[in-house]
Amino acid sequence: MNWEAILMTMPYMTVVILFMIGLFTVLFKKNLIKIIMGIAIMQNAANLFLVSLAYRRGEHAPVFTSAESTEMVMPTAHALTLTSIVIGLATTALLLSFVIMIKKHYGSINTDDVRRCKE
Amino acid sequence: MNIDIVQHSPALILAVPLLFAFLTPLVDRISEKGRDALFFLGLIIMAFFVAIMAYEVYTVGEWSYVFGGGTVTPTGADSSFFRILFVADGVSAMASITLTISAIGAAIYSYTFMKDETGLNKFNTLFFLMVAGVNGMVLTGDLFNLFVWFEVASVSSAALIAFKTYEGKAVEAALKYMIISVIGGLFFLLSIGFLYGQYGVLNYQLLAENITGTNLDKIALTILVVVLALKAGAVPLHFIIPDAYSMAPGSVTAVLVVASQAGLWVLFRVVFTLYGVAVNTLTIGWIVIVLGILSMFIGVTMALVQKTVKRLMAYHAISQTGYMLLGVGVGLAVLGKPEMGLYGRTAMEGGVFHIINHAMYKGLLFLTAGAIIFKTGIRKLDDLGGLGHSMKWTMGFFIIGALAIAGIPPFNGFASKLMIYKSVYRFNPLLSIIAMVVSILTLASFVKVFHSIFMGPKDEDIYDTGDVPKPMLAGMTILAAFVILFSLFPGAVVSNIVEPAVEALGVI
Repeated sequence: MNWEAILMTMPYMTVVILFMIGLFTVLFKKNLIKIIMGIAIMQNAANLFLVSLAYRRGEHAPVFTSAESTEMVMPTAHALTLTSIVIGLATTALLLSFVIMIKKHYGSINTDDVRRCKE
Repeated sequence: MNIDIVQHSPALILAVPLLFAFLTPLVDRISEKGRDALFFLGLIIMAFFVAIMAYEVYTVGEWSYVFGGGTVTPTGADSSFFRILFVADGVSAMASITLTISAIGAAIYSYTFMKDETGLNKFNTLFFLMVAGVNGMVLTGDLFNLFVWFEVASVSSAALIAFKTYEGKAVEAALKYMIISVIGGLFFLLSIGFLYGQYGVLNYQLLAENITGTNLDKIALTILVVVLALKAGAVPLHFIIPDAYSMAPGSVTAVLVVASQAGLWVLFRVVFTLYGVAVNTLTIGWIVIVLGILSMFIGVTMALVQKTVKRLMAYHAISQTGYMLLGVGVGLAVLGKPEMGLYGRTAMEGGVFHIINHAMYKGLLFLTAGAIIFKTGIRKLDDLGGLGHSMKWTMGFFIIGALAIAGIPPFNGFASKLMIYKSVYRFNPLLSIIAMVVSILTLASFVKVFHSIFMGPKDEDIYDTGDVPKPMLAGMTILAAFVILFSLFPGAVVSNIVEPAVEALGVI
């Protein structure tokens, strides 16, 4: 058994499991808050995926003070992850504020009750 | 100090709306008139930079704008290859021109249309952010910035759809739009991860050089096509479009049409520039064609049974998106083959020309629908009637828009549809016949709408006499003027605006 290879794929396994949990929640739950929780889990899965891609075993982290040489890991993916976390915060806040207004107007946050657009 | 405005215009196109987005709420604390003045000033300055960039692209040629200076070297020897890049080419110029025209028309229209609402400083902020987001999506030169601007456009569009928070339906539509956009964006991020993990670059140009068509590339391509088709509102992922378009305020819907088209532009960039002949373009082309045919047919048949005016028009928007996908899909199917010169190029030009035409006439139609709802407060077609007696100008604009969308000569919809019909006929006659049938159904649907809204006896109970206020008419006039301009000079538009865009996609 090549334990090292299995260990190296663990982050990606976690990404797949988290993403599937999130997708399942979005598709099969009726409570709007739970759907948004599912989206948040998917966002975290995507962030973990980007960070895992950027990891290089045995290389220097892209922090200038701790590097001994000029050779460092390319920090693009880290920058992407930070941006994506900020975007995730904004979208989650907006979604939750929509749910507050839905509750005010419809008196319910069950998706079965929130379908008046087609009328 | 010597700043080359032409060189910096792609960045300034984004910087101006972002600056004004956060300047208007500050000025609003001092005076409301000043806020309105800044709203128009910001859009006019942006239009000025769009004009400069477009002129440079059409006279000199395309260039890449690197944030922080430097130039791009394809080999990656220069460190600028992982900097933030903007691409000023035919695609971004045409998309920015389309957006600017409809944003200015919608802004003038909003001046009285939104007057009775509260929180207008936030409306201005969100409007500027949406404009910046859509411009960013078409101007950016790398995949990650594309994701960022995609989210900026989604968040601001969703907030604008829900702007009338006192209407529960508007919030419901915005919530649906936002959930679908966020999930689409996350899948998009995953596919960016697939490409970055393999090649270590995000830049379109460098990725295009490296992509070889591995299985992971194909998975990423599938995700990108699905997400961008969703953003563009193509069947089978169209279900958020009717809710969003019908519940948003009328002036916002006109810009939302262009925001959806940004998804289409990016889709074309991905399939032509990024992947190109590295994958089997015949298969991808047929997938795009089938999406287009389904959008056309399902869109128009769903429109025929709708009972509210804006929802009906929203289904027609889905149907018209099908024409763009059909034209460009045929071009993609024959990419790199000798048929490209025979008819593929004409098909692509027709599809791309239809984008700008659609933004103009569909924006105009949504503005007239907004005017009808503004005046009467009625959305249902059965309850409307006899408005032709009082709203003569609105009726005139509606006729222009309806004839253009149905493809009646000499209007601009006919010019682009004819290019699609005659070139697609040589690719596969059946597709061309379906497109013509859809056009006839569109005409039938709009004859029905025209009859039920404007014809009939004068009914004093449901409306007071007179047309909508002058700023709303002025906003509609701008879009109608461009519909007529494109109708009179289709050849000039195709050779000056459409051809550079098609060439920028990498089609010779």
